Amino acid sequence: MDKVELRFTGSGGQGVIMATIILAEAAYEDKLQAVQCQSYGPEARGGMCKAECIIYDKPIMYTKVILPNLLLALTQEALDKYVTSLQKNATILVDSEINVPEPIKEKYNVISIPILESASEVIKNPMSANIISVGAVNEILHIASKESLEEAVLNHVPKGTGELNLKALNLGAQLVRNYKK
Amino acid sequence: MATRFHLLQGNEACVEGAIAAGMKFYAGYPITPSTEIAERSAVRLPQVGGKFIQMEDEIAGIAAALGASVAGLKAMTATSGPGFSLKQENIGYASIAEIPIVIVDVQRAGPSTGLPTSPSQGDYMQSKWGTHGDHPVIVISPSSVQECYNLTVRCFNMAERFRVPVIFLMDEIVGHLREGCELIPPEELEINNRIEGNITGMTYAVSEGNYVPEFAAFGEGERYNVTGLFHDDTGFPTNDNTITRNQERRLMDKIRMRRDRIMQWEEKDCEDADVIIVCYGGTARSVMGAMEEASKMDFLKIGMFRPITVWPFPEKALEKLSKKCKHILVAEHNNGQMLLEVQRVVKDNCPVSFIGKIDGTTLTPDDILTKITEVY
Amino acid sequence: MPSKLIEKTMRVNRLPHIWCPGCGHGILMRDVAQAIENCGLDPDKVVIVSGIGCSSRAAGYMNYNTLHTTHGRAIAFATGVKLANPELTVIVITGDGDATAIGGNHLIHACRRNIDLTVVVFNNNIYGMTGGQYSPTTPHGEKGTTAPYGNIDYNFDIPKLAESAGATYTARGTAFHVPQMIKLIENGIKHHGFSLIEGLSVCPTYYGRKNKKGSAVDMYNWQKENCIDAAKAQKMSAEELEGKILTGEMSRCEKPEYTDMYMEIIRKCGGDK
Repeated sequence: MDKVELRFTGSGGQGVIMATIILAEAAYEDKLQAVQCQSYGPEARGGMCKAECIIYDKPIMYTKVILPNLLLALTQEALDKYVTSLQKNATILVDSEINVPEPIKEKYNVISIPILESASEVIKNPMSANIISVGAVNEILHIASKESLEEAVLNHVPKGTGELNLKALNLGAQLVRNYKK
Repeated sequence: MATRFHLLQGNEACVEGAIAAGMKFYAGYPITPSTEIAERSAVRLPQVGGKFIQMEDEIAGIAAALGASVAGLKAMTATSGPGFSLKQENIGYASIAEIPIVIVDVQRAGPSTGLPTSPSQGDYMQSKWGTHGDHPVIVISPSSVQECYNLTVRCFNMAERFRVPVIFLMDEIVGHLREGCELIPPEELEINNRIEGNITGMTYAVSEGNYVPEFAAFGEGERYNVTGLFHDDTGFPTNDNTITRNQERRLMDKIRMRRDRIMQWEEKDCEDADVIIVCYGGTARSVMGAMEEASKMDFLKIGMFRPITVWPFPEKALEKLSKKCKHILVAEHNNGQMLLEVQRVVKDNCPVSFIGKIDGTTLTPDDILTKITEVY
Repeated sequence: MPSKLIEKTMRVNRLPHIWCPGCGHGILMRDVAQAIENCGLDPDKVVIVSGIGCSSRAAGYMNYNTLHTTHGRAIAFATGVKLANPELTVIVITGDGDATAIGGNHLIHACRRNIDLTVVVFNNNIYGMTGGQYSPTTPHGEKGTTAPYGNIDYNFDIPKLAESAGATYTARGTAFHVPQMIKLIENGIKHHGFSLIEGLSVCPTYYGRKNKKGSAVDMYNWQKENCIDAAKAQKMSAEELEGKILTGEMSRCEKPEYTDMYMEIIRKCGGDK
């Protein structure tokens, strides 16, 4: 396989770190190599947040993402900051509220889906935006098996919210399929 | 935990390694980026009958851990740069009183509060020279999550076997990195315990065939004295110059004479390398990334020499390599600390260059390859 | 020939001690030993932890498990010993500087935790080991080598400090009032929780000389005349109590103890199996 380098960005509290952990764990469960790391400022909530994950079928040496082949941006600020360094032909997954400039749309494979709105309106829990994102990313890149991904989600969400979060996971995949149509 | 393979943070793997090694006591104070070590210890220790306590400050953290060690438990404390500075006095105490303890320092960018969530390796020299007075030092540095597990076990083994403080010099790169880790169960690991015995008043006497005094925990009926003053074999203070000289020599020799057993390092593709990169800890991941990149293109042959035991420094091994390769590049996330040690060892055998970074980011493979083309 | 008590509780071959003639520390050390004896404790299960300073040299003379630690840190070391093995009786011997200046933070937090330690502060109102510098208990206006024009700091009331930080037993005695001091330490050891007993000592060499307090005998006489048992003081007028120091038990209450609560956590986590 080609090395998968993911960069998830947003604001603190949106759960982008957890999203990368879930993907890395699911891939590891599927016997792939995975590393995950993050950078964050001092704010627990609201500051810009970046998390990264590399998935590969060989040992991973350098642990940081240099040029991602997928960028997830949940805020405009995050997109504007991180859109400048991407691999050729990279995919950009953004919330549909975010304005993506035309030249970017031409240069990259942009997928714009209503992540935040679906979390609030369909799942009725804004905190599920990160799980919707995980479902969407896996639908785009086919990194982990459905079983491993579901298990990883259940390992990390609060007790009693499992079913809701599995629904969010499927919704993410569904949104990508609808977008591609 | 159902299987033995887990995706863990380096900090978490350190705690699991400590528990596998027999850690039964942790005392510390929260500090980024080491806090996960305290948090996981708080969860895990009572599950295995151990004790966790969050103390009022960094100094109290190491002090309580030393108290617990004297009472017979394997003990650890963890911190980061500024907190490591605060712990230094009691590292000296542990050295002279010969109390086993593991001190984890997850280095961050400094000085002072610096960049608490960013990587650096600014404490390399502090880990050797931070405490006052001459003292024996063992410092071990991991470069993967698996090593955070395995080498924490080794830290405990060294601390208990030699009755010394052992410093586990992590950095933010490995501390916060999540990757796969095999939690090898204790029965498959080599676990060393302190040599227990009846000391009958001769608390610090070394018996024939041993190189450290035998140990008896407080409460077991030996009723001895422990002090940070120079002391004779009975454990009581003395101003006698001969006794002082002999005690100091024994403290240093117990490590110095066993350097060959203590030192560990990794040589990767060094045999026919033109340039050997010397690095340790999380920096090795940048270097290995550079080697991987170089192998994909027409580039010089690069090797890596990675001290795992960063103190004592594996000098003979590096000296040998320095006579074979054409250039040595030292890569660190600081302004050149291990560099000084490398220069001391390599002398004129080959040119030595340096690449460092202290801006809150890590050296990239590209940074390293570019530097090589500049200097070679 | 040493007395039976000294023979039994001290490391006689380590004596004579280093304290100056007239110093109150030897009396207070003997009081601690007598209190341990009165409690009927197995000496193998008694740990004495001390810091640095004149007071802290006591540990080395006493025939128990003794841990002479770093300056100010005795209570933190003792916390580790006690939590590691709650079956041990852990007594801290410390001084005014050791306990309330460099170690002040450890003191108040150990009070707050209510961990079952007995802390005996040998308070001589001065840094003796380093040669007479003012300490947190040097009275306002008095002199030390570092307060040549008089001390402008205000001093701590150690039992009050400890009580307000959460200590569940506090008391004050003096080197002169031996039976009272022994009883106060004994009650502190028996109390299940954090106990603090301040023992007013006498430093004729530095504090006394710097502040023209006369001979050692004069200083003990001063304690005799000016330290009033709190129970007795209740019957005295405000005028009579002017300039006097109250001694005896200062406060006591019952509260769950730290290591008991931690052992309960271990049971809940299944770590006791």
